Amino acid sequence: MSKFPKLFAAAAIPAGVVLLAAYNFADRMVTPLPPLPDRSEAIARYTAPPPTQMMAAVAAGGAMGRYGLGRPALPEEIAAWDVDVAPDGTGLPPGQGNALTGEPLFEDNCAVCHGSFAEGVDNWPKLAGGGGTLADDDPLKTVGSYWPYLSTVWDYVHRSMPFGAAQSLSDDEVYAIVAYILYSNDLIEDDFILSQETFLEVDMPNAGGFIVDDRAETEYAAWSAEPCMENCKDSVEITMRARVLDVTPEDDGAPAPIGEDHAAMTSATDPGPADEPAADAAAGGPDPELVADGEKVFRKCKACHQVGDGAQNRSGPHLNGVIGRAVAAVEGFRYSGALTALAEAGAVWDDETLAAFLTDPKGYAKGTRMSFKGLDKADDRDAVAAYLATFAE
Amino acid sequence: MSDGPKTSRRAFLRGTAAAAAGAAAAGAAQGAEPDPLITEVQDWATGLGDGVDAVPYGLPIEYEADVIRRNVEWLTADTISSINFTPIHALDGTITPQGCAFERHHSGAIELRKEDYRLMINGLVETPLIFTYDDLLRFPRENHVYFCECAANSGMEWAGAQLNGAQFTHGMIHNMEYTGVPLRTLLAEAGASPDAGWIYVEGADASSNGRSIPMDKALDDVFVAFKANGEALRKEHGYPVRLVVPGWEGNLWVKWLRRVEVMDRPVESREETSKYTDTLADGTSRKWTWAMDAKSVVTSPSPQAPITHGPGPLVITGLAWSGRGAITRVDVSLDGGANWIQARLAQPGQKMALSRFYLEIDWDGSEMLLQARAMDDTGYVQPTKDQLREVRGLNSIYHNNGIQTWWVRETGEAENVEVS
Repeated sequence: MSKFPKLFAAAAIPAGVVLLAAYNFADRMVTPLPPLPDRSEAIARYTAPPPTQMMAAVAAGGAMGRYGLGRPALPEEIAAWDVDVAPDGTGLPPGQGNALTGEPLFEDNCAVCHGSFAEGVDNWPKLAGGGGTLADDDPLKTVGSYWPYLSTVWDYVHRSMPFGAAQSLSDDEVYAIVAYILYSNDLIEDDFILSQETFLEVDMPNAGGFIVDDRAETEYAAWSAEPCMENCKDSVEITMRARVLDVTPEDDGAPAPIGEDHAAMTSATDPGPADEPAADAAAGGPDPELVADGEKVFRKCKACHQVGDGAQNRSGPHLNGVIGRAVAAVEGFRYSGALTALAEAGAVWDDETLAAFLTDPKGYAKGTRMSFKGLDKADDRDAVAAYLATFAE
Repeated sequence: MSDGPKTSRRAFLRGTAAAAAGAAAAGAAQGAEPDPLITEVQDWATGLGDGVDAVPYGLPIEYEADVIRRNVEWLTADTISSINFTPIHALDGTITPQGCAFERHHSGAIELRKEDYRLMINGLVETPLIFTYDDLLRFPRENHVYFCECAANSGMEWAGAQLNGAQFTHGMIHNMEYTGVPLRTLLAEAGASPDAGWIYVEGADASSNGRSIPMDKALDDVFVAFKANGEALRKEHGYPVRLVVPGWEGNLWVKWLRRVEVMDRPVESREETSKYTDTLADGTSRKWTWAMDAKSVVTSPSPQAPITHGPGPLVITGLAWSGRGAITRVDVSLDGGANWIQARLAQPGQKMALSRFYLEIDWDGSEMLLQARAMDDTGYVQPTKDQLREVRGLNSIYHNNGIQTWWVRETGEAENVEVS
């Protein structure tokens, strides 16, 4: 099948004619002027059908019919963005690591969501286990049980992890973390050195577990008959009801009870308390601009920390009332030894300690599970502190 | 019964009964109480409304405050890598307003200025190129209406009726008019190799959400869009530039599109191996299941849009679409699939765009098991959920296009159910 559909070949000529006609018509409506430069070639070029000409040009390997837009990409630019890794390892950079070096890195960067043993926390993805479950009622799909290619693991950790600090790991760290994930799945020994050279030695258990979309053969023909219109079933019974499960969100927008007054209706559909901080614009209150800046900076934190009404502990503790609070004091949150030690030493989150922690989290509290590289700019740290100060306990 | 309606629903039931009784009384006793909304001068008819510029860019009036995107909290670990749902139960026509069109992010909706936008075309090309946003505006433009459906739409319903509302069962879809440049124009500009079988596309966000697409599709109708419904793309839909991959699963519609690599093979990225693959009953999984098969749903009445007016004229309406062509016909059943009536398409079906259908009936107030069944111009007929399960088993997540049933009660309330 041709890769170059000749879809718009016919449509082009009329378009050009219309434009030229309009041009002529417009010309007759104005006072005679000195002759205009002949633009017919330019118009023809611009109204030419891109698809046909372009694709003919591509097919011929020539430059004909191009627009001359854009600029050549520099090698450094391509190197910065073109980081994908193919199943055969093409695209892997030099480097190496094993599960032993990977374990502390995983603990620091990944365990907060994926668990210390890659077993997953809450609803976050489980990365290990599940072998032999794919045909079960509730298969557990992990790197070990499901992922067909190791390249995908390396590429994804390198490109998009840790969540909220993507592309902050060195190549060696990526090799080590990937080795730890493989080790957690019993796919390598803890001293196996994962590198460009050894990459293809790792067998992925589900590599042969995929088939290419076969709906055309298995479904389309069977489901293309003229459908039944009358007396298609002898009886119809309800076999399952969503209300029995009762997992639908409460605020589903269904109409409020009929007969209630309008005020009740409004309150029933009220989207609920806003997450906006109750910025106190009165004298002595926080600088609204700084708070607004802080709200933007806080986006870097939102993956793990909640603030505002209903804020709960997630990967990180909620931060309502954090300013002025003792370190590691949110009930129900499992803090690292590092923060517990600071708490025992009597540390309190004030502007100074918070700034120090946010500048270099792992430097200030070695062993913290917060996998955030920190805020380099003092302005950002001040802004986020001002923003956090607007949330009371 | 233990699974009975919530308090508000009970009140609703009483309300409906009362309203029906009231309507009957009004019909019987003509010229009873005059309507004060008519006989008394209302505030809005005597005072003044807002001047122009009261709202430089408007949101819907407050009375429509419940027509919003909603998420299902338990589905995902957080809202950053998550999904929400279009309120299709409350919309009509086919175009989805951007402000309530479902969102799916893998690492949050980023803010990327047009001035900071760059698009790289590299790989098997004569000249790897960088385009700015302004460069893209200088290529010949096209306009197309297409639906974008997440592959996981209705994914929570594989094992049975679960979520009670069309928004939640079928709301991972939107339909917009896009303005942009065909991808083939950009590929030609870079001198893409005619031998390359694939492209790899990725976004500028932290997830990058890379996907491989066969070159045939890339050259056919894939589209680099910068406007939707006439205005700039919303942040949550990939401002300033997203990929449009007509008829194919939404995950391929890469937002904040930053790079297109011309390749001789697929990358086998996370999103096309560990996710967006379909595990069958025997544990093997289908991959590259890109096309969204024909599907339909009655949007009203439905659990979030019950019948509030009692027996008499009733408009049944819904949406139908196919990722493999145009909708040619939609049938509606009132009795759980025993008998079918052909519905009316509001417009002739357009390829890979939503179709709106209507069926007007004189409702006698009795229970209904409402279903819709779509057909497209390939001859494909939307299957039942049981037909899907027979072929695929129960462990799929994606591509559930089975026929949906709403159980409409005498009260007008509706519930998501499955039928034999």
